[in-house]
Amino acid sequence: MTTTDSRFSTGKLLGYGALLIFIIVSLAPVWIAVKTSLTGAAALLSSSADVLPSGTTLFNFQRILGLADPGDPRLGQTGLGNIDFLHALLNSTIFTAMVVIPQIFFSALAAYAFARLQFPGKNAVFFLFIAATMVPAGMLFIPNFILIRQLGWLNTFQGMAAPFMLMTPFAVFYLRQMFLSTPKDVEEAAFIDGASLLRIFVQIILPMHKPALATLTILTTIATWNEFFWPFLVGREEKVRVIAVAINTFRTQVPGGVPDWTGLMACAVLGIIPIAVLLIFFGRRIVESFQFSGAK
Amino acid sequence: MATTTVPNQEIPVQVTAPPKIRKRSFVRGETIWGWIFILPALVGFIAFYLLPTVRAFQIGMTNWNLLGAAKYVGFANYQKLFQDEKFWKSMWVTLLYVIYNIPAQTILSLLLAVLLDRFTKSVFVRTIMLVPYLISNVIVAMIWLWMLDPILGVANFMLDAIGLGKHAFFSDTLTALPAIAAVNTWRHMGFTALLFYTGLTTIPRYLYESARIEGASEWRIFRSVTLPLLRPTMVFVLVTSVIGSFQIFDTIAVTTQGGPANSTRTIVWYIYQTAFSNMRMGYASAMSCVLFLGLVLVTLLQMRLMRSGETDLQ
Repeated sequence: MTTTDSRFSTGKLLGYGALLIFIIVSLAPVWIAVKTSLTGAAALLSSSADVLPSGTTLFNFQRILGLADPGDPRLGQTGLGNIDFLHALLNSTIFTAMVVIPQIFFSALAAYAFARLQFPGKNAVFFLFIAATMVPAGMLFIPNFILIRQLGWLNTFQGMAAPFMLMTPFAVFYLRQMFLSTPKDVEEAAFIDGASLLRIFVQIILPMHKPALATLTILTTIATWNEFFWPFLVGREEKVRVIAVAINTFRTQVPGGVPDWTGLMACAVLGIIPIAVLLIFFGRRIVESFQFSGAK
Repeated sequence: MATTTVPNQEIPVQVTAPPKIRKRSFVRGETIWGWIFILPALVGFIAFYLLPTVRAFQIGMTNWNLLGAAKYVGFANYQKLFQDEKFWKSMWVTLLYVIYNIPAQTILSLLLAVLLDRFTKSVFVRTIMLVPYLISNVIVAMIWLWMLDPILGVANFMLDAIGLGKHAFFSDTLTALPAIAAVNTWRHMGFTALLFYTGLTTIPRYLYESARIEGASEWRIFRSVTLPLLRPTMVFVLVTSVIGSFQIFDTIAVTTQGGPANSTRTIVWYIYQTAFSNMRMGYASAMSCVLFLGLVLVTLLQMRLMRSGETDLQ
């Protein structure tokens, strides 16, 4: 490294060094989860410092999906043994689909009305929606729990999904901005005389905005997949519990009180995989949409 | 409902009403279609936002264990609350958590944003920085619980290796709350940096250049050019992250459940305990109303102090 070449000044070197540290710090914990999930329970005791998994095995994944042979001697070394995490993955998939699809459709309907249609009462309702973002979840959860309980919907998918199914203020605002940012003329040209507005909306308007709708779908899918607080309150039974609730339960479910780390990390890795897949395929889109929400 | 999930970020919205003059009707029967289109969302809004807000205040004026009928008690819950040491303790713990969490998170993400802005335009690097934020709170907390495990955790192994010795961070009243703050700082750092990064890209480059020509140091440029022009972003970031931070719940549910010795019993955890362990819906609701009013106050104060809306760019 020469001091004459300004491209390699100490300042730059420090900058790149600091960036590298940020990258390592962000990814190391994820790697540790992966490494632990691939480590055999017996090898765990002596492998804290290893960078790579020792005695690499997929056995942890087999047993958390309930696929390990019940006679396998290795089961005895683990805290939880065979568990049915597959069920939780399935529940999370159902919960996510039940929330994301109707939420985006109904939010898009409302957003379109707010952006394009003129009708009395519109601004008042829109103002109320904005005000709703000020109310903290820490205040809504008790009345919402009581409502779901009165409906007899505790430990059901509809109870878990109901508060998110018809709208979130975020989805409405996001889609309203999207409609506002496209010229009205483009849509008007596509209108067919005599067709109902609802039909035009579904057949013409929505397909026109596919990219923005796809972005919102990805963001909402991630958020719903990760949701813990509300499912933890109303959906704790095994038949409906989602991954976050299941993982939290598994932690304390061990006879000796020592958590089953290899099994828990295998659950964690399976919970991260769908997010990782979305990030690999749509990374740029996700990054840009977050930047959009920060832009003023 | 989502305490710290992705769509909590508010999008700046145009509140001004559209111009009243219109050329011709866009569609026939606009009023009816308008109401049909917003109806499903309006039902969801009324059922899960508007009515619960009203009901929280109503329930807060009763004693109710969910089994029998609710008994109206007026403002008795609020009187009790102001003499409840546990309530004030949990408020203090929450404030302490915000103090541990917000400055560290803001400074680190500001540093990261400046580094991203100066040294790389790579979307790939920005995607990597977003990874922690996209992982579920519960999974993040579980991974850190494992890394900080007093016997086998890798973080403790490293501390031991440099001679600091192993430490049971989550079972010590002194370190449990800072440990939880550290976990969330790690999770939110990249996301917050991305918001700052967006703010930084709006600062005109010529301002940096002219400052440099006049011989200003990097630190001076940061203080006199970058920071003032970043203020609108700063207000947005601080308001949303402080509101989120005050409602910390998920990480506590996984790691300490309020312990040890209530050293991590934050306000939302205390409300949750009061409602679901002690079945005191009325008292818990009263506390949640105080939390609500407190958050409104904090938000207004922040916006006032930071003169939001004004940028220093003429």
